[in-house]
Amino acid sequence: MEYLPQLLFAVALVIGIGYFARNVKKLMRNIKLGRAMDVSDNKSQRWKNMTMIALGQSKMVKRPIAGFLHVVVYVGFVVINIEVLEIIIDGLTGKHRVFSSAGSIYGFLIGTFEILAVLVFVSVVIFWLRRNVIKLKRFLSSEMKGWPKSDGNMILYFEMVLMTLFLVMNATDLKFQAMDSGNIISQYITPWFSNFSEHSIHLIERSAWWFHILGILVFLNYLYFSKHLHILLAFPNTYYGKLTPKGQFENNEAVTKEVKMMMDPNVDPFAAPPEGAEAAVPAKFGASDVQDLSWVNLLNAYTCTECGRCTSECPANQTGKALSPRKIMMDTRDRLEEVGKNIDSNKGSFKDDGKQLLGDYITNEELWACTSCNACVEACPVSIDPLNIIMQMRQYLVMEQSAAPMELNNMMTNIENNGAPWPYNQMDRLNWKNE
Amino acid sequence: MSELLKVPTMAEFMAAGKQPEVLFWVGCAGSFDDRAKKITKAFVKLLNKANVEFAVLGTEESCTGDPAKRSGNEFLFQMQAVTNIEVMNAYEIKKIVTACPHCFNTIKNEYPELGGNYEVMHHTQFLKTLLSEGRLTIEGGQYKGKRITFHDPCYLGRANQVYEAPRDLIRKLDAELVEMKSCKSRGLCCGAGGAQMFKEPEKGNKDINVERTEQALETKPQIIAAGCPFCNTMMTDGVKNKEKENDVAVMDIAELIANAQDL
Ligand code: SF4
Ligand code: SF4
Repeated sequence: MEYLPQLLFAVALVIGIGYFARNVKKLMRNIKLGRAMDVSDNKSQRWKNMTMIALGQSKMVKRPIAGFLHVVVYVGFVVINIEVLEIIIDGLTGKHRVFSSAGSIYGFLIGTFEILAVLVFVSVVIFWLRRNVIKLKRFLSSEMKGWPKSDGNMILYFEMVLMTLFLVMNATDLKFQAMDSGNIISQYITPWFSNFSEHSIHLIERSAWWFHILGILVFLNYLYFSKHLHILLAFPNTYYGKLTPKGQFENNEAVTKEVKMMMDPNVDPFAAPPEGAEAAVPAKFGASDVQDLSWVNLLNAYTCTECGRCTSECPANQTGKALSPRKIMMDTRDRLEEVGKNIDSNKGSFKDDGKQLLGDYITNEELWACTSCNACVEACPVSIDPLNIIMQMRQYLVMEQSAAPMELNNMMTNIENNGAPWPYNQMDRLNWKNE
Repeated sequence: MSELLKVPTMAEFMAAGKQPEVLFWVGCAGSFDDRAKKITKAFVKLLNKANVEFAVLGTEESCTGDPAKRSGNEFLFQMQAVTNIEVMNAYEIKKIVTACPHCFNTIKNEYPELGGNYEVMHHTQFLKTLLSEGRLTIEGGQYKGKRITFHDPCYLGRANQVYEAPRDLIRKLDAELVEMKSCKSRGLCCGAGGAQMFKEPEKGNKDINVERTEQALETKPQIIAAGCPFCNTMMTDGVKNKEKENDVAVMDIAELIANAQDL
């Protein structure tokens, strides 16, 4: 009997972490459904970007209020989690506050955690007000209805509860209070329980302790289903983010091959393709579903925090067009999840479900509204590139379906015939000189 | 005036067995669009004034392929790119200047992988170099003290991080440079990019160029300066839409500098 709590704790830990590991595996499998892309270059620049943007939150603070609050919650959450280490050791060994033997250092640490817990709590309340009372525009767009909205609030409730439990746990730990070191905040909470018997207080302390750690395990497993996944994926995502100038769009390699063949006078177009060459020609140009996108695009989709900074800077969205770069990312993730579930329920291989990203999630109208201005890419605090997805899907529309708006088809015909987007003769290109 | 423009072609340079200092890539807008042709001429006047040995491709120039690529027609883009690169490599071109940020971006960033490696400059960068080398002097002239706001072209600013060259030139005019509330890396698009120039906008509640023009007019400018022929068109239309064409002029930086010297 004596070991029962420890046993229960170990079981909870194994289940919590085991389930999380399973989800991580699924996540990686889904991301790998994307097209291969080589991002092994420029390691030092990539590490630097990750350190600055993910760890250093350099892009978050571009919007000072949200940025500051976010830094508080982020630092608080990371630092307070050091305490989780102690909780785990305590839980497994049946000891109580193993680190407390460190004396004043321990007091200093717990004191810091307590202050941070209060700051996190306050910040989270402000975040909640911004979403639900002040109703900031970027949290109200159409793609934020339903689950995304409850998800945003749920995370905030989780954090409020966890911070409260942490402080209550300290306040009702009479031994800890007796040490009178590090109880900077909790000493003011202890008196709330002065009418309780010592036994009840102990019970409250134990419950707070258990709910705190169980809450953390539940939260860990909630990540996979939530925009909160960014707390993990922001790191790889900023590492693999685009390094070339924003205006540089990648050249489609499959097209390069075709163009080279066409331009090369030595190639006999009727010659039988060499062994294996057939496979080198891609099934299609551009992207109509998640498997056609690169794995970095898919990592982007899982990383999106749904903050809407991209959408609020988007000129198309600002002027009432259907396009929202945030929705592009959310649709990509939703479709990828759907494809993942399809694979799960079909013994590991995808069974055509008659759906795709293009049309069932993202409409042509959205895609044609983009000005390729890069405002969304610039605004994203975690180096996501919605524009890259939009361009791949336009490639599919044009090269596979010839589904460009008529005016664009005219423009392209002009380029093909006269080397200019308008119907002017190439031979007249220098006429301006004499006008 | 126009008979004084010296605009030699690469073919002429080649025939004379010479290499120009720089190729002036005029671009489709600069060659054919009535408004943009004025910008082209203003820039040529400045090049002539500074005695720059430049050449144009003339009838050998063809669209860079930018609007095709941004529309999704990668195939047409690469065909255009490969053709242009062939022409330029045959002339052994090393350095290019252009007054169009779209041409600038495409040649600078997307041509190298297809075999075209050149040093590419936007005309504002080039003019700034001429200035610092003492080959060109700028006086404020008629623009002294005028309120001028600069609209960042997406493909110059965010796309390629060129924010200061155009602003430095405006300051050199002794003009009062006023910034819009969203400028530089947060500058709002004029609405023309991504091939939108060539199509009707999608359904919405406002045109992007009107939104951007409103932001520009908030600064109470006498002149809206642009650095892109497409932005120029969009902002000019926006100003007309707001019925301000008698109070506010939309001008390219090259035009401002050329006019200030009474060229
Ligand atoms: S690049 Fe397209 S999606 Fe992104 S902000 Fe500009 S118009 Fe919007
Ligand atoms: S793409 Fe980036 S900016 Fe847009 S909602 Fe997602 S995280 Fe925010």
